[in-house]
Amino acid sequence: MAIFLTKDSKVLVQGMTGSEGTKHTRRMLAAGTNIVGGVNPRKAGQTVDFDGTQVPVFGSVAEGIKATGADVTVIFVPPKFAKDAVIEAIDAEIGLAVVITEGIPVHDTANFWAYACSKGNKTRIIGPNCPGLISPGQSNAGIIPADITKPGRIGLVSKSGTLTYQMMYELRDIGFSTCVGIGGDPIIGTTHIDALAAFEADPDTDAIVMIGEIGGDAEERAAEYIKKHVTKPVVGYVAGFTAPEGKTMGHAGAIVSGSSGTAAAKKEALEAVGVKVGKTPSETAKLARALF
Amino acid sequence: MDLFEYQAKALFAEYGVPVPQGKVASTPEEVRAIAEEFAAAGKPRVVVKAQVKTGGRGKAGGVKVADGPDDAVAKAEQILGMDIKGHTVHRVLVEEASDIAEEYYFSFLLDRANRTFLSICSAEGGMEIEEVAATNPEAVAKVAIDPLKGAPADVAADIVAQGKLPEAAAAGAVEVITKLWDVFVGKDATLVEVNPLILTKDGRVVALDGKVTLDDNAEFRQDLASLASAAEGDPLEVKAKEKGLNYVKLDGEVGIIGNGAGLVMSTLDVVAYAGEQYGGVKPANFLDIGGGASAEVMANGLEIILGDPAVKSVFVNVFGGITACDAVANGIVQALELLESRGEDVTKPLVVRLDGNNAELGRAILNERNHPAVRQVDTMDGAAAQAAELAAK
Repeated sequence: MAIFLTKDSKVLVQGMTGSEGTKHTRRMLAAGTNIVGGVNPRKAGQTVDFDGTQVPVFGSVAEGIKATGADVTVIFVPPKFAKDAVIEAIDAEIGLAVVITEGIPVHDTANFWAYACSKGNKTRIIGPNCPGLISPGQSNAGIIPADITKPGRIGLVSKSGTLTYQMMYELRDIGFSTCVGIGGDPIIGTTHIDALAAFEADPDTDAIVMIGEIGGDAEERAAEYIKKHVTKPVVGYVAGFTAPEGKTMGHAGAIVSGSSGTAAAKKEALEAVGVKVGKTPSETAKLARALF
Repeated sequence: MDLFEYQAKALFAEYGVPVPQGKVASTPEEVRAIAEEFAAAGKPRVVVKAQVKTGGRGKAGGVKVADGPDDAVAKAEQILGMDIKGHTVHRVLVEEASDIAEEYYFSFLLDRANRTFLSICSAEGGMEIEEVAATNPEAVAKVAIDPLKGAPADVAADIVAQGKLPEAAAAGAVEVITKLWDVFVGKDATLVEVNPLILTKDGRVVALDGKVTLDDNAEFRQDLASLASAAEGDPLEVKAKEKGLNYVKLDGEVGIIGNGAGLVMSTLDVVAYAGEQYGGVKPANFLDIGGGASAEVMANGLEIILGDPAVKSVFVNVFGGITACDAVANGIVQALELLESRGEDVTKPLVVRLDGNNAELGRAILNERNHPAVRQVDTMDGAAAQAAELAAK
């Protein structure tokens, strides 16, 4: 089954004709994703050839949905235009919008998130500034490399792209139902908690690996949620124990402010609810492996 | 990006938020000229305020009231060059002294947990809001702001009422808050804080201090360059920024290069754990060269790290995802050649860990090049241990 994305997902790509969009549409197709169209109002009606696969370009998300029944959109639109692209996806009431774009001003994200809420959250938003999600062997929506792991029964949720890949690779022999990169920005659509809830409900997921990092209190809130609602085993990892206060570590959201947002506090919160937390990614992989 | 108080107040003034008159100075002579202007205008009492991007300035003696130009110069001489929590005072703001009747607290900020904006308002201003919140939480009102609605007068009036600001200040505070919202949105701020927001004895509401953080991601539509303070902070960080590198200087001995923010943060931790076995060796920096890992970026990164005299060994930790390891290995080889052509002798040991896509190919490329400084370890934990051991020697 997997969560959020399955073999039946029909995927649109907003910004497909840009350089990143083109590169990753090719990769997604190679991973078996059912890409049903691109969106670009200036190139509507054209078709793009990806190694023999003809992908039509639609003028809007709504037109793409009408023509193809698409239920997922992956957004590669540059930061300046990203807010409008997400709002277009929300207006078209597509089920899932995966916002890959890095560098979106947080006011724009706050705005499109508020807009999504005002429209009843009919569109699940993943990201922004995220690698997307993959249900190995079924579909890949975003920029996660598809060939470093295989299908299996672990669910993975992570703020960080490369740590997601590292974990997918370390546990490639066991495999994953779905790996979700939720992104490292201060405001994101889908949270750790949303992914935990979906994995808990997914019959094809037996265990969950959750990767967090410094900044905010998402991991602490996830710990609360696990305590109350998650019965499947959860293994955790938190990056940034050595990060100094007040310095942004790469991700806009990865910053320790005063005593809040520290890795130690997050680890403690997770362990307090019975989550085994690894000291290093490899140790975390070992803890997950022990469950199978 | 954090702004200095004088920059924050300039933004406030641009949006019509009342602020005391004042000018910034970096020498006692400039302070004298400003104080003399105030004296000539019938305002001999001025406040000399250290301009540093950190809190606790008042407690550290960085804010002093002066009576007349001579006193202002004397006070400025005490403050300029002062160290406040590791920040050297290079400038002071010289302002007309205000007749304070009452002090309040107000801010707009990002509320990550609720994925929206928040305003915080309290009738008890002047000190750290965390302290007020801890000792008297009921005195601190937190009001969520709907980004789609903003903070027009009715919302501002609600904030003022919840913050229990007195009747005498209400109308003025509502006006200030609506204008501060315009600053918050108009400048893509993630924090606009006024502490204290004051009521003067003649009944005006004035922003006596200002703390503003702007969103670096908004650079495409904001003029951040003119507000950026050049040559502040660590010289290696300044140099790295000029080269467009995502680098943070730390105070250890193992230089770190990796791809992806999460992996690099994790690398720092793994090196610090490994360092516990080797006399407390620590990571020397954070450097994320991103997914691309081109030869040029790798060379620039290595140059910054090798230029750090504290660095004794370097750990290059790359997971080949979209960029496969053979491309990264070629990048490392070319980077070494580029550095040597720039006259840099690469003698500090480089521990390289390549894993993921085409890891075998990448390792073979480095083996073939056989650079005397480079050694390879297949696992992240193993490589961290070796880098720590080499740094401890």
